[in-house]
Amino acid sequence: MAHHDHELVRLSADALAQKLASSEISAVEATQAHLDRIAAVDGEVHAFLHTAPDLSLATAAAIDQRRAAGESLHPLAGVPIAIKDVIVTNDMPTTSGSRILEGWIPPYDATVMTKLRAAGLVPIGKTNMDEFAMGSSTEHSAYGPTHNPWDLERIPGGSGGGSAAAVASFEAPLALGSDTGGSIRQPAHVTGTVGVKPTYGGVSRYGAIALASSLDQIGPVSRTVLDSALLHDVIGGHDPRDSTSLTDEWPSMADAVRRADVKGLRIGVISQLDGQGFQTGVLERFREALDVLAAAGAEIVDVSLPSLEYAIAAYYLIMPAEASSNLAKFDSVRFGLRVNPPGGGTVEDVMSATREVGFGAEAKRRIILGTYALSAGYYDAYYGSAQKVRTLVQRDFEAAFGQADVLVSPTAPTTAFKLGQNTGDPMAMYLNDIATIPANLAGIPGISVPVGLAREDGLPVGIQFLAPARHDARLYNVGGALERMLEDSWGHTLISLAPDLAPGEMTAAQEGAV
Amino acid sequence: MSEITQEQVAHLANLARIALTPHEIESLTSELGSIVDNVAKVSEVATPDVPATSHPIPLQNVYRDDVPGATLTTEQALAGAPDHDGSRFRVTAILGEEQ
Repeated sequence: MAHHDHELVRLSADALAQKLASSEISAVEATQAHLDRIAAVDGEVHAFLHTAPDLSLATAAAIDQRRAAGESLHPLAGVPIAIKDVIVTNDMPTTSGSRILEGWIPPYDATVMTKLRAAGLVPIGKTNMDEFAMGSSTEHSAYGPTHNPWDLERIPGGSGGGSAAAVASFEAPLALGSDTGGSIRQPAHVTGTVGVKPTYGGVSRYGAIALASSLDQIGPVSRTVLDSALLHDVIGGHDPRDSTSLTDEWPSMADAVRRADVKGLRIGVISQLDGQGFQTGVLERFREALDVLAAAGAEIVDVSLPSLEYAIAAYYLIMPAEASSNLAKFDSVRFGLRVNPPGGGTVEDVMSATREVGFGAEAKRRIILGTYALSAGYYDAYYGSAQKVRTLVQRDFEAAFGQADVLVSPTAPTTAFKLGQNTGDPMAMYLNDIATIPANLAGIPGISVPVGLAREDGLPVGIQFLAPARHDARLYNVGGALERMLEDSWGHTLISLAPDLAPGEMTAAQEGAV
Repeated sequence: MSEITQEQVAHLANLARIALTPHEIESLTSELGSIVDNVAKVSEVATPDVPATSHPIPLQNVYRDDVPGATLTTEQALAGAPDHDGSRFRVTAILGEEQ
C-alpha cells in the first residue's frame, strides 16, 4: 500500500475526498484506517460509545463499487464521519448518553443521517456525550467520560466531547454535533478543533433527541473550517419533517471559505466577554487573533451586550423547563428501560422506578429544576421572566449587528479543566457557557476556530464568531480567513501540535509496508 | 428569595415521576436552592413592558396536506418497547387499589 494509516487519518476531509475522487485510495482503505486508529487510541480517549466495523466497511465497499461503475458521486462520498449519539440511526444503537436508552436501536434515521447517506459519507460510529446533552464536560455520560486528546486527564468539553475528541485524535475527519448552549463550540475550543452552530432552523432536527426545543441545533465538527463548511452544505436546508426548519435557499458555505477575505469586514468585540473572569492565556491568544484580522483589513469595533449578565440565568430556566417536558417521553412504555418496583405497582409506579434508575444525577437535577420553573405560582417569576430576558438579549444583538457584520469573543472563559474539577458544583459548571449561550437564546449562528495554545498550560484556545440569523456564510468567511492567516504565520496547523497518542503506530505502519 | 424545602423537592419529584431516594432529595434541595438563587435575577429586568420570546426565529404554524405520509409500521413502532403483545404496548395496571 502506498498510504499508511498514520498518514491517511491525518488528512482533512477535503484532502481525503480528493484522493477518493481520483481513486488514489478506496473508501474501504479510508474507513479501515480510521477504524484502526480508533482501535489504537480510543481505549484512552473514549470518544466512541459504539462502532460497527463490518457495517461501516460494507457501506464503504458499496461506495467503491459505485465509483468503479462510473457513477458520479458527491465530493465527500467515502469519507468517514462520527455521529453524536443524540442523533438517531436506524442501524446503530442510540442512547443520548443515557442508561434509559441503553441498547435502543431506533426504527428510523434522523434527516441529517438520510442526507449523509445520500451523499455517500460513511458513518463510523456513535460518539459519547453528556446524558441528553446536559453538560459541558461529558462527565455526565452514563457510560463514563471522554478524555481530551491534548491531556487525557482533562475534559474534552461537552456535551459533544466525544465528537470533538474523535476529530482531534484523528479517529474521524468529520463529526456531527448538537448545540443547545455551546455543546459544539465549547468542545471545539478545548480540543483545538472547529465547530459550528448553524442558524436555528438551518439544519433539520428531525431525529435529534430533543433537550430544549427552542435552543437545540445540529451542526458540523471538524479539524478545518473548510471541512465544516463542506459538511454544512450536505446537512443544511429545508426539511418538511421539522416544523421549525427554515425554507431559505442557502449559499455554499464551502465557497465562502474558498473566497475568504476580511478586508472591510466590521468585527465587533463583545465588551462583556473581553476581560473579567477569563483566563489570561485565553485573552492573549484572542487579542493576537484580532490583531491578525485587523492587519488583513478588518475593522475592529467595540460592541456591548448589556443584558448578557442575565443570559445564563434565563438559559438555566428555559433549558430545564423545556427538558423536563421533552424527557417526559421516557415513560417505560414505548422504548428504553423498564424497571418494575419490588412487589409490582401501577404504570405510574413503574414509570417512577424506571426514571429513578434510568436518569443520572444531572438529568434529574434539570428535570426537577424545570418542573419547579413551570409550576403554578412560580411560572411568571421564572419561566415568564426568562422569556422576557430572551427578548432583551435579541435586542442587544440587533443593536450590535447594526455596528458590526460579525461579533467576536473567546469561545469559553478557560482552557480545558481537569476531569472531576467542577462535578461537585453545578453553578461553576454552568458558567462555562457564558460566551456560547447567548447565540442559542437569539437563534443566531456561531463558529469556534482554534487560535493557539494558552501560555500558562499549553492547551488549545478557540475564538468564537457570531453572525446575524441566516448569515452563517459570514462565519465561514471570517473563520476561513483567520485559520489561513494563522497557519501561514505558524507554518503548521494547531492540531499537529497535539501529543501523539499512539507513538508505536507509525513504526507499525512502516513495518507493515515493507 | 428562594427557600427550597425537602417537601417541595419531594412534591416536584412526584410531579416529574422520578422515585428519588431520601438522600437524593436532600442533596437536590441544597443544589436547587443555590441554582434558583443564581437564576432568580431574571425578574430584575423582566419588566411588564418587555414582551416574552418563546421562539428565536418567528415562524407561522406549519401544515401539510391531510393525506397519509410515510409512517412507522406497527412492527417498527413496537420494536423498542419493553413489553408488547404484537399489536399494542403492554403496561401494568393503570389504576391502583385505592382507586
